[in-house]
Amino acid sequence: MQITSPYFKEKSSEALKDANLQKAMGNVERGFIDKRANAAANLPEFEALRDRAKEIKDHVLDHLDLYLENYEEKVQETGGRVHWAAGAQDARNIILDICKRANAKTVTKGKSMIAEEIAINEHLERNGIEPIETDLGEYIIQLRGEAPSHIIAPAVHVNKEEVEADFRRSHRHLPPGRNLEDPTSLLSEARSVLRDKFLAADVGITGANFLVAETGTSIIVTNEGNGDLTQILPRVHIVLASIEKIVPTLEDVSQILRVLARSATGQDMSVYTTFSTGPRRAEDPDGPEEYHVVLLDNGRSDMLGTEFQDMLRCIRCGACMNHCPVYNAVGGHSYGWVYPGPMGAVLTPTLIGVEKGGHLPNASTFCGRCESVCPMRIPLPKMMRHWREKEFERHLTPDGMRRGLLLWAWMAKHPKLYHAGSRLVINMLGMIGSRKGSFKRLPLAGGWTEHRDLPVPEGQTFQQQWAARRRNSKVGQAA
Amino acid sequence: MSVSDTNSSPHTTAIETPKNVALFVTCLVDLFRPSIGFASVKLLEDAGCTISVPPAQTCCGQPAYNSGDKADTRDIAMQVIKSFEAYDAVVAPSGSCAAMIKVHYLELFEEGSDWHQRARKLADKTFELTSFLTDILGRNPVTAHFDGVVTYHDSCSGLRELGVEKQPRRLLEAVDGLTLKEMKDSEVCCGFGGTFCIKYPDISNAIVQKKTKNIEDTAATTLLAGDLGCLMNMAGKLKREGSNVDVRHVAEVLAGMTDVPPIGKTRNDKKG
Repeated sequence: MQITSPYFKEKSSEALKDANLQKAMGNVERGFIDKRANAAANLPEFEALRDRAKEIKDHVLDHLDLYLENYEEKVQETGGRVHWAAGAQDARNIILDICKRANAKTVTKGKSMIAEEIAINEHLERNGIEPIETDLGEYIIQLRGEAPSHIIAPAVHVNKEEVEADFRRSHRHLPPGRNLEDPTSLLSEARSVLRDKFLAADVGITGANFLVAETGTSIIVTNEGNGDLTQILPRVHIVLASIEKIVPTLEDVSQILRVLARSATGQDMSVYTTFSTGPRRAEDPDGPEEYHVVLLDNGRSDMLGTEFQDMLRCIRCGACMNHCPVYNAVGGHSYGWVYPGPMGAVLTPTLIGVEKGGHLPNASTFCGRCESVCPMRIPLPKMMRHWREKEFERHLTPDGMRRGLLLWAWMAKHPKLYHAGSRLVINMLGMIGSRKGSFKRLPLAGGWTEHRDLPVPEGQTFQQQWAARRRNSKVGQAA
Repeated sequence: MSVSDTNSSPHTTAIETPKNVALFVTCLVDLFRPSIGFASVKLLEDAGCTISVPPAQTCCGQPAYNSGDKADTRDIAMQVIKSFEAYDAVVAPSGSCAAMIKVHYLELFEEGSDWHQRARKLADKTFELTSFLTDILGRNPVTAHFDGVVTYHDSCSGLRELGVEKQPRRLLEAVDGLTLKEMKDSEVCCGFGGTFCIKYPDISNAIVQKKTKNIEDTAATTLLAGDLGCLMNMAGKLKREGSNVDVRHVAEVLAGMTDVPPIGKTRNDKKG
């Protein structure tokens, strides 16, 4: 997919003027936040579970090589195969290869952010294979030719009236006069259209929420059941996952699952939590004949041992973006690549480079709400600040900003000069504005006054008045 | 142990009352609204503290820190540590600046180093104003009177980095004549974010618009908060929108020093 992250500012300004988007964002914000808050409040051990979940992932990341090897062995034991993909191109080639060998014409897909990261759909299409998204949200945005705008609710930016129009445009074989006004009718239409595709598909690709080293199991967490049909019906099942999805044991997974759905949608558990281990065995009534796991690194192993390692604990619940005032204002597409919101602001620069993704860690007020709800206790603002440090070191900070900052910092390090200089400016501003209370416009303050007034300083600085007060009290004492 | 644990620990009241208190004025209060500084001084003096204002203070270094300029931040932090470490306690009328000293200075120095130790010592005795008055002094020095309905915005750093939430409300409860009406989403960011509001003005504007709507919906006549940055942002937006809501720092009301015009207003402006 085309990266537009360098144009974050322009894209977000457009997004703020997009009435449909603003309506859609307004609809979803409350739902996620209130539901998560209730779910967390209703589970007394929720905070303790967050600690435990963090510990589990920290342990895995410290021994990632070991667990990955364990996992591969187990997958092989159950008759599956693990393919290691260093980068996106490797992963695309591996998948295309498997599909070609299966003589695949159509491929059904469960929801997978890694599939977005490696842009597998475009690659399959270019090679004459039709990818079919089966998650309702993903299906909608595939019809619209869009990328997901949220990691668990890919079509969160779309209103139901827009979905209706998309369905009428795309499902021309259905009677034009049919009723598609309520969400249920949209859902059942998608379901009936997709049913045949599930049955006809040669290959099914799913993501994975977790990979269990102990058993070689991949786990998907879904609400629609489409993932199950994607991985059971076709002859070949490909699990596409990144390396940090590993968890040591089933016991560990069951701990993390307890914070995942609660943080994501406020559910105790998602409707489906599906475990799949290897291809169909002789005694199984169904299942794929081939079971492949494509394990993607794509820069993640480079994060190990760095200030960004904590980011690899992320379980993709989306709570950080649901609670982010910036994400809620501008929506996911403004971020310009696969991962939006606070987790995207940290992850995107590692994956596409800070030259392209540099806006994202800057577009945060550091309000800290993301960190306060992150089930894995990832210090998101701190890591965004690390990116800002790297940008500053590499002179990627915009020139004017950098010069202004350095001048200000120099002043701040010279208190006498600082106070003399600030006195001068503040006394003058106080005088000019004495009758106004606030400025509507002020030279050099356009960034501020474009949207709001600037309160006029009271006149004298505190230090000025405090010094005067001290002098007076000394005079009083002397007399 | 997190900072908020330290603040709300029931044992803190047993600590001997710090007498010799240094006021960290904060750069915005120094420049834009000294009244907040004097209100803080009054509250602390009324509580029995002796106040000093070290003249070598400029800013806590947060603008540099959040812009990725770690070297300058470290220099500024060392300047602050040197100027303030001799006092029993350091108090700031800002959760954001207090959190910079209390939480972030430690991240600037290598663990085990001399400066890290000095930063740790300063962190341990640095407090946001309302938290100091309630958690540390452990009593309620407020004797103020204020006629009106107020609503309170929780500034992000104070709330999430220092656990300042109940403290200002407890103090406001003791103000004679004051009614607190909570707004929707009082804990959601106002869109200020330091340099964020200048770097991304359109997004900042969208966020503060939600905030001013929630403020207006309470029908409160005065908006209070504990951080001047947020207050200037919200006051500036309310003014631009033609609202009459008065905006003040919580210290002004607690100290009974509301004779100065509200933020962004003159004496002749219509009352909220």
